[in-house]
Amino acid sequence: MKFSDEFETRFAKMVTNYPTRRSALVPTLLFAQDEVGYLSDEVVAELASRLDVTVLEVHNVISYYSMLTTKPRGKFNVQVCTNISCLVRGGEELLHHCAKKLGVGNKQTTPDGTFTLEEVECIGACSWAPAVQVNYDFHENLTTEKMDRILDEYKRKATQ
Amino acid sequence: MADLVSHPDEVKVVSRRFGLGATNIDRHLELDGYKAVQKALAMEPDAIINEVKNSGLRGRGGAGFSTGMKWSFVPKQSAKPKYVLCNGDESEPGTCKDRLIFEHDPHSVIEGVMIAALAVGAQSGYIYIRGEYRYLSIIMQKAIADAYAKGFCGKNIFGSGRTLDIYWHGGAGAYEVGEESALMESLEGKRGIPRIRPPFPAVVGLWGGPTVINNAETLASVPHIMLGGAEWFAKMGTPKNGGTRLFCLSGNIAKPGVYELPMGYNLKKMIYEVGGGIPNGRKLKAVVPGGASCPCLTADEVDVAMDFDSVAKAGSMLGSGGVVVVDDAQCIVKFALRTMKFYQHESCGWCIPCREGTDWLKKTLVRFHNGGGMKKDIDNMQYLAENMLGRTFCPLGDAAAMPTIAFVKKFRKEFEDHLDGRPCPFEKAGAAELAFAH
Repeated sequence: MKFSDEFETRFAKMVTNYPTRRSALVPTLLFAQDEVGYLSDEVVAELASRLDVTVLEVHNVISYYSMLTTKPRGKFNVQVCTNISCLVRGGEELLHHCAKKLGVGNKQTTPDGTFTLEEVECIGACSWAPAVQVNYDFHENLTTEKMDRILDEYKRKATQ
Repeated sequence: MADLVSHPDEVKVVSRRFGLGATNIDRHLELDGYKAVQKALAMEPDAIINEVKNSGLRGRGGAGFSTGMKWSFVPKQSAKPKYVLCNGDESEPGTCKDRLIFEHDPHSVIEGVMIAALAVGAQSGYIYIRGEYRYLSIIMQKAIADAYAKGFCGKNIFGSGRTLDIYWHGGAGAYEVGEESALMESLEGKRGIPRIRPPFPAVVGLWGGPTVINNAETLASVPHIMLGGAEWFAKMGTPKNGGTRLFCLSGNIAKPGVYELPMGYNLKKMIYEVGGGIPNGRKLKAVVPGGASCPCLTADEVDVAMDFDSVAKAGSMLGSGGVVVVDDAQCIVKFALRTMKFYQHESCGWCIPCREGTDWLKKTLVRFHNGGGMKKDIDNMQYLAENMLGRTFCPLGDAAAMPTIAFVKKFRKEFEDHLDGRPCPFEKAGAAELAFAH
């Protein structure tokens, strides 16, 4: 299967960084997921063969890490932290607000495929709580009004 | 990009270059960058280890073990290659300090890894950064490439004839990987299941070779110790607790942020002066002093010096420096439930006391908070948590049990107030709709 040139360059370098090829597996899975959108059977088989591990072993690894998924997600994954620092500053209210606005529940995707909503564990934004990560972008010190503007902005990006 | 804060009581060591553009290697060099590693290159390995030992530097990840001591456990001779592994899998709820180090001073981490490698005789160092910190991984990879371009890493570093390779590695979302043996499994491309010890990583670590594993803040402190001297560093803190610490103030506090304060700084002062106290006219109810795994302190217990030994004496832990402040509008049962929901989610399931214990505690707390609690649940939760202590493969089981015991013991009345089908006394109107979150 075909990945981008950027992926291939990074992959070629990464496998030389370790005494065993398999060591490149976790970051490589995430980079592949970023390109394809999820870890499809095809991606899993390809990486298994490249890194000398079985498909089963790759699935074993995927199921351990919370960022890795074998199911397609929306274009923008809205990850709302509700862990303790966010909790006491309205993280749950924010999650509820997003659910209402997007019309989906936890780990569900909007029918147009734009947004997936996910309640996540601590993302390391505790001093700037409540916080949300949309894909890899941090949004911090949030209020429901700020959140509305952020979601509208992503919605606009999706239609461009 | 996270906002920076400041306070006159701060002593900036690790955060010295924050906000000064030090991600740029030339700017970093102007700010004394890579001087410490050159100094270390001229020293005997044992002299480096002794310097770090004498500085009183203790692991900033949470365990607080003497860094110099840890390095001294690595055998001098080894048939297998030795490694240094930087733990940047920062995921303890309440902790957001390594993020700032990677964002503002990535070269200090690289330099710390290099000095550790020189001290133990390793030729490779890995900097593991959690998957969620993608923008920091990009910053770190650029910093490593810049260091190679200058001839600081790779073959013949600084013309010394020595080889020292530094690599970036990324995670993909797992709290447990912050435990050092699980971190090695993850780096080897596996599930982050902890290893049984002994053997300890210093003897049998990455790919079977002796390995030193230190937290990012610990390693970022090392170049400053090499330049300023062990005595200077030790004096900033309290006995056996050298230096400063990045404290992450979060929760119900007026001025949340990451502040660098001397070890042993008073917690009460930290909350009311540095952090500006409790906003909205509320009162302090509890503080989690070092990340979610640390037993909470009540408002009456906060007059404590924030160093490893004093906080331990007060019945909690200094942990990872995450100070989570909780005001009197918050429900402790809810807070305990959210804490346990986290540990239940992150438990790998490898050993039974943790897998079953966290699940039962979460289920009990959910039922309890929803008004279905029975009086005997209160004692059962404490009993269950106490029986997890010390019976799990890795510290995750303890991390889940310890805060639970403290919540139940110190806030028993709040648990009792939820009995007999009464609604949570702290719940805001409309909050019942939030049930899907669990």
